[in-house]
Amino acid sequence: MKNDIILAGVGGQGILSIAAIIGYASIEQNLFVKQAEVHGMSQRGGEVQSHLRISSGEIASDLIPLGEADLILSLEPMESLRYLPYLSIDGWIITNTTPFINIPNYPGMGELLSQLRSYKNVVVLNTDEIARRIGSPKSSNVVLLGAASKYLKIPYENLENGIRTLFYRKGDNVINKNLEALKAGMEFVSA
Amino acid sequence: MVNEVIFNRYLLVEFTLEIISIMEKLLLLGAEAIAQGAIDSGISGIYAYPGTPSTEITEYVQKSTFANERMIHSRWSVNEKTAMEAALGMSYAGKRAMVCMKHVGLNVAADPFINSAITGINGGLIIAVADDPSMHSSQNEQDSRYYGNFALIPILEPSNQQEAYDMTRAGFLLSERYKIPVLIRITTRLAHSRYGVQRKEVLEENKLRLPEDPKQFILLPAIARIRYRSLLDKQTGFSEDSELSGFNRYIDGNDKTIGIIACGISFNYLLENYPNHICEHPIVKIGQYPLPKKIINKLYTTCGELLVLEEGYPFVEESLRGFFDHGKKIHGRLDGTLPRDGELNPTLVAQALGLQIKKGLPVPGIVVNRPPELCNGCSHRDIYEALNEAMISFGEKRVFSDIGCYTLGALPPFNSINSCVDMGASVTMAKGAADAGLVPSVAVIGDSTFTHSGITGLLDAVNEKSNITVIISDNSAIAMTGGQDSSATGKLEQICLGVGVEPEHVRILLPLPKNHDEMVRVLKEELAYSGVSVIISQRECIQTLPKKKKNIKA
Repeated sequence: MKNDIILAGVGGQGILSIAAIIGYASIEQNLFVKQAEVHGMSQRGGEVQSHLRISSGEIASDLIPLGEADLILSLEPMESLRYLPYLSIDGWIITNTTPFINIPNYPGMGELLSQLRSYKNVVVLNTDEIARRIGSPKSSNVVLLGAASKYLKIPYENLENGIRTLFYRKGDNVINKNLEALKAGMEFVSA
Repeated sequence: MVNEVIFNRYLLVEFTLEIISIMEKLLLLGAEAIAQGAIDSGISGIYAYPGTPSTEITEYVQKSTFANERMIHSRWSVNEKTAMEAALGMSYAGKRAMVCMKHVGLNVAADPFINSAITGINGGLIIAVADDPSMHSSQNEQDSRYYGNFALIPILEPSNQQEAYDMTRAGFLLSERYKIPVLIRITTRLAHSRYGVQRKEVLEENKLRLPEDPKQFILLPAIARIRYRSLLDKQTGFSEDSELSGFNRYIDGNDKTIGIIACGISFNYLLENYPNHICEHPIVKIGQYPLPKKIINKLYTTCGELLVLEEGYPFVEESLRGFFDHGKKIHGRLDGTLPRDGELNPTLVAQALGLQIKKGLPVPGIVVNRPPELCNGCSHRDIYEALNEAMISFGEKRVFSDIGCYTLGALPPFNSINSCVDMGASVTMAKGAADAGLVPSVAVIGDSTFTHSGITGLLDAVNEKSNITVIISDNSAIAMTGGQDSSATGKLEQICLGVGVEPEHVRILLPLPKNHDEMVRVLKEELAYSGVSVIISQRECIQTLPKKKKNIKA
C-alpha cells in the first residue's frame, strides 16, 4: 500500500497541520510515514509544499518522483496546479477555491476554475466558507482534509484520532470544532 | 497565521516525543535526528548561528526538556566563528560539543575549523553542516565535503534520518578515538524531511578534564609542525576506518554493465526507482569519508562502467576520474549524465540510468510565480520607501546590502539595493566603493547581520573617516530563519558610539508610514555628510512581536 500526497498552499495557511494529522493517523495504522517540508521562505508569502509519503514498507526517497503523486491537496487554487508534473494518471486534485492574491498578475478566477475542471479527477470546494459556516474560520485546512478523506487510504476514525492528538493541548472545544470541520469537508464531497 | 505554523511544528515534535515514544520511534527531521543523536551522546554544549537548513538542529536542543535538565549550553552565538571557537573551548575542557551551521557558515568558521584539526581536540567535537543544493535559501550551493577533505578529517554523510542519528553517535566516538574534530554533512532534503528514528541508550556527559599535553593547542610554528605531522599520521587510520565502516557498503547486483556509487541521500533516490528497492546493478553506498578504496576498487574492476551519484559538487566523481581520466568510463555530473548544478531527485537518477520515467501533466501557463515578499507591516518596507525617495537626487546602483529578510528589498516594488554577497559585506563594500570615489555610498544591514560581522567593517570605516552612510534596519530579530533572538538588541547605538562614530551622526528612526517625511529628511542630511553616518531604523519584527507578547502574558 502506498499513498503519495503533495500538500500545497501559501505560507501560513496550515498545510503542516494537515500533514501532522495524516502522519499521526498513519502511524496509528503502523504505516511508514515520510514527510518533507519547505522552510525558510515559506513565511514570506511564497508558495509552500510538503511531500507526504505513506507506505506499508520502508520509504526511500524523501521527495515524491514525478508522476507518482496520488493526491494533490491544496489550500490555494493556483497552487494546486503548480505540482501537476507530480500527479499520477489517476491521481486526484482536491483544492480550496479561495484565492490568496498577493501578486499583481494573479489569474482570473473564471480562467483558473475552468482550467481546474479540465482535469480528470478534481474536487473543488470553498473550504474557507465552509469553515466560517460551522463557526470555525481557522479550520479551513481541516475542512480540506475532510474532503480528501475518501481518497486517503486511511480510515476516517484514524484521522479523527490524529486531530485529537494534534490539538489535545488546546482543549475539547478546539478539538470538537476541528472534528466538525473534518466532517463538514467529508460531507461536502459525499453530497 | 504564521505563529500557528511555528507553534504547530514544535507541537508536532513535543507530541511525537510523548505519543510516539510509546512505539519507541520518534518521527524526526534529519536535522532533529542529529540533535537527538548529540543529546544522547552526552554533549555538554551546542553552538550555532541560525542558517537554513541547519537551524532546526539547535532549536531542537533548545526545546528539549532533557537537554535543559542537563543544562546543555544551547544559546545562539553571534556568528559561526565564535560558535566554532566556543565549542573548541568546551572540547579543550574535556567535554563534548557540537557546532552547527549552513554551508556558507562554514566559510565564516573556516579559520578555527581548519586549525582545530591541527590542534586536535580533547572532548569529542562534531561540526554539523547543512548544505543547500539548488540554493533554496542561500547564495550558493558549495559542497562542504571539500572542507572536510581540506581539514584532513573524516566526514560522515547520512542517507536517511536514522543514519543521521547513528552517525552523530558514531562521530563522537570517532572524534574521541583519534582526538580530531569530525564533520557531519547533510543536505536540505534530509534536514527538512521527517521519518522514524530509533533512539539508543543515553550516554553520560564527560567530566571536566584538561588536555594532557599543555602544548597541544598552541599553534606556534614549532609546535604546529608537530601537530600537523600527527594529523598526517592519522590519515591511514581514517582510511582503515572507512574500509571497515558500516556506513560504507558494497551491495551486489547481477548486472555488472554499470556499477553505481551512491553518496548520502542519493542512495534513496537510486532505490526509489526499483521495486522493493532492489537494484540490479552493484552499488557502493558511501556514508563515511575518506573514500573506502577496497570496495570502490572491487566495483571498478568487476563492472563495465561507473555512475557516481552525489549531492552537491562532483567531489567523488572528480577524484575517481583523476586528471587524465583514462580507464573505464565514469559517468556523473561532469559528463552530462546528471546536471552539473542543482539537487538530485529520483527522476534525474532514473534518467541517468536510462530507466523509463513518468511525467505527470505540464504546469498550465496561468500559474505564475509567487516570489517571497516582505510581510505587510514590516519595518524594512518603511525604511526602503524613505531611502528610495532620499536617493532620487543622488542616483542609482549605490546601495550595498546584506543577508536577511531585507534582501527582499532587491525585488519590486522596492528595487532599493544593489548587492548581497556575504554576511557583513554591505558595510565594507560601501567603504571600498567610497574609497574608489563613489558618493554617496550606502549600506543597508540588519541588526543580526551587523553584530554577526558588520561591526569590524564599521571600525575600518571610522578609522579612515570613510564617506559612507550605514543604515541598520533593526527589527530586533534574526527574522528570515524563524525569529531567533538577535544578540545586541538595545545595544546598537552604544556599539556604534563605542566604535567611534560621531554622536551627531548616529541617528535613530522609528520606521512607520506616518514618519516617512521625517525619515527622508534625516536620510538626506546624512547622505550629504562627508563621513561615517549610522542610521538605526528600529522597530520590532511583526512576526516575532506577537510571540513575545504571548510569552509575556503567559
